[in-house]
Amino acid sequence: MSSNNQFCTFYVDGLFFGVDVLRVQEVIRFQEMTRVPLASSMVSGLINLRGQIVTAIDLRRRLALTDRASDQLPMNVVVRTDDGAVSLLVDEIGDVLEIDESTYERPPETLTGAARQIVLGVYKLKDRLLLIIDADQVVDLHGKAAATAA
Amino acid sequence: MAMTETLQQELIKDLLLESHEGLDRLDRDLLSLEQGQGGSTSMNNIFRVIHTLKGTAGCLGLSRIEHTAHAGENLLSLLRDGALVITPEMITSLLALSDALRGMLRTLEATGNDGTADHSALLANLEKLQIIPDPATAAPAPAPEKATFGLFSDDEPAALAAAPAAPVPAPVAVATAPAPLPTVAHVAPVAPVAPPPAPVPAVVAPVHGSGDAAEGSAKSSVADNAIRVDISQLDKVMNLVGELVLARNQIIANTTQFDQAALMTASQRLNIITTELQESVMKTRMQPIGNVWGKFPRIVRDVSHELHKKVRLIMEGQSTELDRTIIEAIKDPLTHIVRNSIDHGIESAEKRRAAGKAEEGLLSLRAYHEGGQVNIEIMDDGGGINLERVKAKAISQNLLTAERAAALSEREALNLIFLPGLSTAEKITNVSGRGVGMDVVKTNIEKIGGSIDLQTQPGQGTTLKIKIPLTLAIIPALIVTSGGDRYAIPQVSLLELVRLEGAQARKGIEQLYGTSVYRLRGQLLPLAYLNQQFKCAAGSKNAGGTQDDVINIIVLQADGRPFGLVVDEINDTEEIVVKPLGKQLKGITTFAGATIMGDGRVALILDVVGLAQHANVVTETRDRTVTDDKSRTADDADQRQTLLLFTVGQDRRMAIPLSLAARLEEFPLTRLERTGALNVVQYRGQILPLIRVADHVAGRVTPEAPADILQVVVYSDQGRSYGLIVSQINDIVDEAVTIKRSAASQGILGSAVVQGKVTDLLDVPGIIRLAETTPVQSAA
Repeated sequence: MSSNNQFCTFYVDGLFFGVDVLRVQEVIRFQEMTRVPLASSMVSGLINLRGQIVTAIDLRRRLALTDRASDQLPMNVVVRTDDGAVSLLVDEIGDVLEIDESTYERPPETLTGAARQIVLGVYKLKDRLLLIIDADQVVDLHGKAAATAA
Repeated sequence: MAMTETLQQELIKDLLLESHEGLDRLDRDLLSLEQGQGGSTSMNNIFRVIHTLKGTAGCLGLSRIEHTAHAGENLLSLLRDGALVITPEMITSLLALSDALRGMLRTLEATGNDGTADHSALLANLEKLQIIPDPATAAPAPAPEKATFGLFSDDEPAALAAAPAAPVPAPVAVATAPAPLPTVAHVAPVAPVAPPPAPVPAVVAPVHGSGDAAEGSAKSSVADNAIRVDISQLDKVMNLVGELVLARNQIIANTTQFDQAALMTASQRLNIITTELQESVMKTRMQPIGNVWGKFPRIVRDVSHELHKKVRLIMEGQSTELDRTIIEAIKDPLTHIVRNSIDHGIESAEKRRAAGKAEEGLLSLRAYHEGGQVNIEIMDDGGGINLERVKAKAISQNLLTAERAAALSEREALNLIFLPGLSTAEKITNVSGRGVGMDVVKTNIEKIGGSIDLQTQPGQGTTLKIKIPLTLAIIPALIVTSGGDRYAIPQVSLLELVRLEGAQARKGIEQLYGTSVYRLRGQLLPLAYLNQQFKCAAGSKNAGGTQDDVINIIVLQADGRPFGLVVDEINDTEEIVVKPLGKQLKGITTFAGATIMGDGRVALILDVVGLAQHANVVTETRDRTVTDDKSRTADDADQRQTLLLFTVGQDRRMAIPLSLAARLEEFPLTRLERTGALNVVQYRGQILPLIRVADHVAGRVTPEAPADILQVVVYSDQGRSYGLIVSQINDIVDEAVTIKRSAASQGILGSAVVQGKVTDLLDVPGIIRLAETTPVQSAA
């Protein structure tokens, strides 16, 4: 786990997720997207982020959750990766939380599927669980994690 | 302290930049001296390069470079003063010196110091060459030399074993020297006299490694990253940026007040400035192809010496300009092809003599612009490619079966060369024959949107033709819509557009075992539906392709074969900026990238070859190209022609075959400039002379009302382009034309009835000849 304990949080299909705040470039509201035919179903499309072309990955599909209702517009959490910025589509944005390290726990062994590679660990907050996701794993659609999700 | 360190680094950077250029120049000058050209100018240039390098290196405390350069300088000063006459062995040694210096510079760049590679053998050699040849003194010479050079070869006397530390070509130069030249052969044993102590290889190894690393990551090298730009070009860019800022201010001011007319003017200005800025910036990135070719005389010399062949290199069109990134990208493929041509193509002198050819083989490189692309031809007059041997090789390497091989067309067999793993060399040489060649060349060229074509004549030679785009960053593209999404198709792969309406649309497309085909001028054109390929929900239009009233077919070329792509709508052509796709989408071969459209949305750029493969419209059946050629000649016999109809003056109807029109353009009057007697416009980075058809054509022409926008038909012939100003473009018709009246009047081939009206057929080359001899009267 990184020494930084600040996380940008968001909701996906009722679950509460967080990603290292230093990896987040920006959070923006829904953007028009250009569909990419023949691409993985996890790729929602391409967005124009101030002249830069950014791939948008639907976290619901990435984490093998149910699809978003068609009238619900996702938000973009744009994360920095070695290969440029990538947008993660989430349902709703939460706060940036600073969390006490002592509440951290490794994900339970029973966690399987796509989430196994993506979820780094869990913080036991007072009222809910915060799942920390690995920004590098989540954007790697061709890696091991992707194979299990597909 | 930190200050001086940065300064030192800056100075080293300058030294690297200058020296790499200088050494390349030095190689060229040496080679021209070897061929008996250049004379004292070349000699002085060589001397200056070495002298400057020595001086700068000395200032920076790079003693090894300084001493090595110094040894060369001593010899050069004797040569310059005429005390010695230059001999081939001197040239070989001086080239080896240049390689050694390059190696040290590379080490300097990678590690920050000039390394530990030892060049005492080379230094001894250079020292020896300074002695005025005299058989009596030549023999005892080695001993004192070793002593002298021991002074600055530090404590590591090393032998020829150290030579690999020099960059790749060095061993070649050193190795070839002993064979033909007895004097040098005598020197060679000198080196081993110093027994190589155990630590030497260990010391040498990392140097060699770092040298390689520097070569591998050539892009990061200082010399490769820098670019020299003409100051006037930069001034122009700066001016344009200034104007751009002004235009932006105007727009900002106007958006708050919203004065429509003013906004309109401002946006027009913005348009013009942006276009000019784009062209200017592009020009700063343009480099003559000669920058890459400059290295070839040296490569040809080294390779041909090594293989004991005689090769003459001819280069044409060195000033042809290309985008910097493309120059970088073609460097390695071209070098490979040149090496290949000498190794496989050109035969040994004996063989050539037996075949009745000149002993000296000819390798010619030619570059020229054509249709917005750069063509590079590499031609040799060697033995050509033996197709049977290629086939046999491919079979023996299990790349295809014997039955399949027997059925191959000539063109297909030739394309086997590009298969990974195939090598036609009888034996593996240092130069080529490792089977990692032409497939890599082809992939690299295709990666930058180029194509490669091979022609061979047994016994007469081989010609490789490479077509590459001028620039990668901004390309003209056709924008189409399918399934509600827009896609950009690079114009380079575009052949023509076909629009079928009404009955044609219902009957034009035929089915052949489930595949759709269209008869394009008698040839079956395989069709792919973009909607089906991309599994779009396919809007109401063209779902099945047959029941609708309009079908748009884009005829594209993939791998030399045409195919038709059916789309919902054809929008417009646009200059697009190519942006790469993220790695999540790298696996999809149908897209070459993405671009941002005027409305800010993203559009995908189609990769035509990838798309064709995805749709299975280009397969192995290339035999058809043979029949293509036949039917084309049959077509020509038919009088049907596609004509471009236009008006000259107020009402004079004229036509030219559409094939003569490279493009149709509109130029605002304001872009018109003058050179000499001609009106010109700047067009795609070139100057396009404009010819007003009305001024030169015979017969009465009622002048039309002056227009702000000029209608221009662009005509290209042998790389030269001309713009023909007409007053209006009317139509394109496909009709059987019979010339009714052959008029020998100026600029007119004759008259025919087209669409029921008498139309003059314009003699385009004739008009151009006329225009070049008669000055223009009016500006527009």
